[in-house]
Formats: sequence, structure tokens, C-alpha cells
Amino acid sequence: MMVYGVALLAFCMLVGMFTGDQLGVLLGVKANVGGVGIAMLLLIVLSNLSDKRFHLKPVSEDGIKFWSAMYIPIVVAMAAKQNVLAAVSGGWMALIAGVLAVLVSFALIPVFTRLSGGPSEPLPPLE
Amino acid sequence: MEMLENVLVKQGLITAFMFVGVVMWFAYWVSDKITRGQVHGSAIAIALGLVIAYIAGTYTGGKKGVADVAVFSGVALLGGAMFRDFAIISTAYGASLDVIKKAGFVGALSVVMGVVVSFVVGAIIAVLFGYTDPVDISTIGAGAATYIVGPVTGTALGASSEVIALSVAAGLVKSVLVMSATPFVARIIGLNNPLSAMIYGGLMGTTSGVAGGLAATDPRLVPYGAMTATFYTGVGCLLAPSVLFFAVRLIFS
Repeated sequence: MMVYGVALLAFCMLVGMFTGDQLGVLLGVKANVGGVGIAMLLLIVLSNLSDKRFHLKPVSEDGIKFWSAMYIPIVVAMAAKQNVLAAVSGGWMALIAGVLAVLVSFALIPVFTRLSGGPSEPLPPLE
Repeated sequence: MEMLENVLVKQGLITAFMFVGVVMWFAYWVSDKITRGQVHGSAIAIALGLVIAYIAGTYTGGKKGVADVAVFSGVALLGGAMFRDFAIISTAYGASLDVIKKAGFVGALSVVMGVVVSFVVGAIIAVLFGYTDPVDISTIGAGAATYIVGPVTGTALGASSEVIALSVAAGLVKSVLVMSATPFVARIIGLNNPLSAMIYGGLMGTTSGVAGGLAATDPRLVPYGAMTATFYTGVGCLLAPSVLFFAVRLIFS
């Protein structure tokens, strides 16, 4: 059943968010620490288990795949609800600080990639 | 007309599905016909979303982009953190555990370095603009990390609401720029494999920016970048009001 996939996804997210909140409290931070990342790890581990108990039938898999197919539309909705006006009209200091932070971070990506043992194989081109 | 509006408002989430569908259809049409496939449809769709949010913002004066227009209020739910995170997590299905294990250390390092670098850049700009109070400098530096780290730090340190607003603005600039610029710089920075995507997520950190930027570049990279980015805000909220603030205070008092 398709809903099994959706439910498994929901389970991972709830466990991840709860753990992330707990981690935040533990560290004394007013934020969720890595909740989404923990949920993703959980889902990856569960989906990599060869254990038959966790083997999802293709139909159940579709419940997860539906949501990854909805990813870009959801991101478009996210873009459309951003406070772009505040970003643009925040004044020069905010603008320069934001832009420079991005540029410096972009520039560091190749440095870190080299640090981790050279650039790895690019993915094959999209169709 | 009023009855139609009533329906659209009442069925907000459903209206949002249709809104996004129309935006995407138009974006992919532009990608295909006008840019001849040179610019990916999702990149155009995200940029278009941002433009619509800007126009709506000037028109309504609100903070939620197009979602402040009553009939599009459902966009706030569809594009909100709950659905966004649910969809992000779903992309992890089938991702390679090996890559994540292999890049684990450099991924973690990139998160910490990402927070520190953005903070330092933001703090330097704040100083150049004449701020001398360590609290103000740290809050603006934290805002350059993400628009969540900024206010969290500012509130913890007792910054004025004016400075907190500036830190949010800096974070928003970052998020919008990461979303829209990533596909154009992807080739230059080598963002074409899972490893560099993990590093990208860690250094950029803004979840919305990374989510949008990778979607517009290559959706297959999403799980790797999102994985590290999601730790960024937490690490930022941990470091900015403590270690980083102490460092700033050491220099400016």
C-alpha cells in the first residue's frame, strides 16, 4: 500500500525532529539541531537494510517517490512566500553582508573539495 | 466573483497546488521555447517564484510574499517548513550511504567553517558600516549565516530590534541569492557530484537557499546538500551567541 511509504517517511521525519529538538535542548540552543538530517539518515539506513522486514514493495516506494517528485513544486511555493521585499530593501549593509557571505562561501567549495581528496566523479548528465 | 474568491481562500492548499502548477508550466515553457533549454525550467520557476514574492510584497506590504494575498494564502502552507522538510527527507530515499560516510568528516567541517566564515564576513561588514558594539556586530554576523541564526543570536545577546531586523535582511539576501545564483556558478565551483554537494550544503547552510539552489542545478544532488545544510542553523545558533560573540568582544572592548 502506498500509504506505508508515506507513513514510513512521516515516521522518519517525526523521529528526526524529536531527536533534533532534544539535541537542541542538550546543547542549550533555541533551535532544532539537524532534525531533517537525522530523519534523512534514518530513511537512508532503513532503505539500505537488506532485512526483509523493511523491504518496501514498489507500490509503497511510490508513496515516498511522490513526495520527492513534489520537491521542486514545493520549493517553488517556498520561493513565492519568501520575504524578498525585505531582502531587497534591507539597506546596503544587509545587502553587502549577504552577498559577500555567499561569494566567499561559494569560493571555498572547490577548496574543501580538494581538501577531501580531490574532486570526485561528476554525475552523468541529465537527459 | 466573490464566491469564486471564497472557494479559492477556503481551499487554500488546493489553490496553492494549482498556483505552483501554473508557475511551473510557464517556467518550463519559457525554458524550452525562449532559452531553448539553456536555463533549466526549475531554475526559472524558482526565480519566478521570488519575483512574484517581491511584487506581492510591494503590493501587500506583508512578510510572506504571495501568501499575503488572500487567495494564495495556501502557498504559505505548501511552501512552509513542514512540507519543505517532508519533501527534502523523501529525496534521501535511495541516496548512497557510502558517499555520506566517506564525506562525513569534511561535511561536518564544512558546516562549522561555513558558520564561522559567514559570521566573520558579516561582522567585518558591520564594522565597516560603523558598528562598534560587540552585540550589534555579532548579531549582524549571525544574520549573514542564516536569517534564523541572526534573530536567535540577537535575542540571546539583547540586541535592539533594529539590528535584529538588519540581521534578518542579511540572511534573506543570502537565501535569495543562493537560490537564484547556484545554477549559474555550479560549473565554476564544481558542484556536480554528491561530495561537493555535501560541502556546498555545509558552507551555504541556508536550508531554503540550498533546497532551491540544488533543485535548480541538479535534483539528484538535493539529498547530499540538504543533509549537511540542516545542521547549519543549529550549529550557528550554538556558536554565534557563544564562542563567536566572545571572540568579537575580545577584539572590540
